[in-house]
Amino acid sequence: MHVSRRGDRLRAVIGVVGELLITAGVVVGLFAAYTLFWTGVETQNVQNELEDDFAALSSGDVTGNDERSNGSDADQAEAQEEPVAEPFPGDAFARLRIPRLGESWSWIVVSGIDLGSLTKGPGHYPDSADPGVVGNFAVAGHRATYGEPFAYIDQLQRGDEILVEHQGKEYRYVVTESFITVPSNTGVLLPTPGQPGVAPTQAVITLTTCHPRWGSTERLIVHGTLTGATRVRGDS
Amino acid sequence: MYAWIWNHLPGPPAARATISLALLAAAVLLLFLVVFPWAVTWLPGQDVSVEAP
Repeated sequence: MHVSRRGDRLRAVIGVVGELLITAGVVVGLFAAYTLFWTGVETQNVQNELEDDFAALSSGDVTGNDERSNGSDADQAEAQEEPVAEPFPGDAFARLRIPRLGESWSWIVVSGIDLGSLTKGPGHYPDSADPGVVGNFAVAGHRATYGEPFAYIDQLQRGDEILVEHQGKEYRYVVTESFITVPSNTGVLLPTPGQPGVAPTQAVITLTTCHPRWGSTERLIVHGTLTGATRVRGDS
Repeated sequence: MYAWIWNHLPGPPAARATISLALLAAAVLLLFLVVFPWAVTWLPGQDVSVEAP
């Protein structure tokens, strides 16, 4: 009697432990699904919204500004000359296309490189230059999870195109080098990459992401230089 | 544990099954909306920018 009751209790305890272990296994499985799959779905949804924002931005319909000017020529000229302020973190900033990674490879770059912004897409280092201007236009992006925009930028070769659309123009950069470096190598973000104190003479682009793909012990860097620009929309 | 929960749910088996599914859905939602977004920031590979140490 006594023995069998103790056996029952033991059986119950083992049962609960077993159920907890199974539950933990299911939770870990769900977490894997969340990381590998669901973050990508969420990022794609946000990208679709950003695509609309970017289209509005490009057509001069600045988000958050409900005042429609009736468009005297002077007004428009003034509006175009005014430097557009850096958008808020997470706002659409530019469109990035890299034909080497597929004709459909197209991402809206958001402003900012904080964790929240980077879940939406590649992020523009706020202190780096704008696309097309002399200096360093720097973009960070996830290499795994969150749609993994920069998953395969290790495949870029010298001479590959990086196309950046910003404020009605498409800037054509050409890859000059790519390398792996330490996470603290902020020299790659300098106006003249790797050369502190040297005034920039050309427009360059810098892409940064983690390396190895699922790790963060190093960073993968891709540099390119501007070779041309075309107007993508005739309307203002 | 799950047997204990089942035994403490009210109503006939059909109602218990419905409540069980609702509880399961709530648990999964909590994981996806709160726990996982927090946990994922602890994974390696989330640091994609270069910054001064």
